[in-house]
Amino acid sequence: MKNKHIVVLLGLGFLVGMAPLFAHHGNSSFDIDKKLTMKATVTEWFWANPHCFLKFDITDEKGNVVHWVAETSNPSDMANLGWSKQIFKPGDHVTVTLQPVKNGAPIGRVMQVVLANGQTLGTRIAGVFGPEVDAPKPADSSR
Amino acid sequence: MSKRSVTPVLPVAALLCFSVTSSAATQAQQAGAAQKQNAAPTALWNSPSIAPKQPQPSFGPRPRHDISGTWDAFAAGIQPTGVKSHAPFTEWGEKMANTYKPGDGPRKVALGLINDPLDDCDPAGFPRNLFFELRPFKVAQTSDQVLMLYEYQKVWRAIWTDGRELPKDPESRWYGYSVGHWQDDYTFVVDTVGLDERTWLDNAGDPHSADMRVEETYRRVDQDTLELTVKVDDPKAYKEPWFGLNKFILHRQPSSFDIREMICAPSEAEEYRKEVAEPATK
Repeated sequence: MKNKHIVVLLGLGFLVGMAPLFAHHGNSSFDIDKKLTMKATVTEWFWANPHCFLKFDITDEKGNVVHWVAETSNPSDMANLGWSKQIFKPGDHVTVTLQPVKNGAPIGRVMQVVLANGQTLGTRIAGVFGPEVDAPKPADSSR
Repeated sequence: MSKRSVTPVLPVAALLCFSVTSSAATQAQQAGAAQKQNAAPTALWNSPSIAPKQPQPSFGPRPRHDISGTWDAFAAGIQPTGVKSHAPFTEWGEKMANTYKPGDGPRKVALGLINDPLDDCDPAGFPRNLFFELRPFKVAQTSDQVLMLYEYQKVWRAIWTDGRELPKDPESRWYGYSVGHWQDDYTFVVDTVGLDERTWLDNAGDPHSADMRVEETYRRVDQDTLELTVKVDDPKAYKEPWFGLNKFILHRQPSSFDIREMICAPSEAEEYRKEVAEPATK
């Protein structure tokens, strides 16, 4: 894929244990050897079971807008990682890194999102690069 | 009961409470304790399920005949690839397993080909709620029941402790029929039958029959630790009994822990199917 906004990284380092920690569905539809990083504009953030998904547009080098959909785990898991229902709104500019599906459709599963303010949101797909976000503090310890 | 009928009762109850105090000192002490107890909890709503980075201190000896509280296994409670192992299938079990197309585990298929009942938001049922998504759950004890209230799918189970026997020929239920007894001061044993055959045992598409009997053993190891063992006895589907969880550790959570809502809504699942699963499989 020749797209100045997309960096395709193949191969080493992504072959080990790519099953997401909590996913209801496995990785059989995803190309676990590939990851794409793209600058995107959020169109919708769907916060629901069994999976949340982020819908966004990218513009390729020819100026064409491509619409992507990328899933994450469920709201409980994502909240534990510091995500929330309010974390995205349409029009937000973000950098999304994902594993695409094998059939070439603009579908994937999110590995990481960097917000416009620089905040990194991780997903804990095993072998994921980048920093693991600080988890929210556990509830108070009063008994 | 309407609010109108409740209101006059409260001052009476308060008066009764005060009447049993014997001294000013005791009253002050109790008021202080009450104030502490009633202080606004610092925990957030929707408490996170995350293992603390530091081991938490224990708060005293284990109580007798008591497993009440909120319990969590954190990440260990979720087993996306199914149980660690199970007994060999019978011929019937093998036949059933071959019709189940799971999204994960050794027989996983592509997203659009999965026929997991959970994809339509069917109930996970018991014991899949333990073998797949054992998220935070609360145990409440009454004089004749132990109630288990689960985050996953926001369902509850009632385990009778009034001495009744299990039903002989029950109509099946997603979560079955359960009776429990105290094997000793710290060990609570639950037997469950009458489980709906449509549910899967785990996320890997392992089957069970309606004849299955499940035994859970909850052992209070200490104040803050519960050990759970789950035995599956299903001679129609498996050649011998086996353990889905074995001395599995659960950690007690603060009393202020607010269990999240985790519900599969069919309309939302349909969105996922339309937006992700089907296009990913074409």
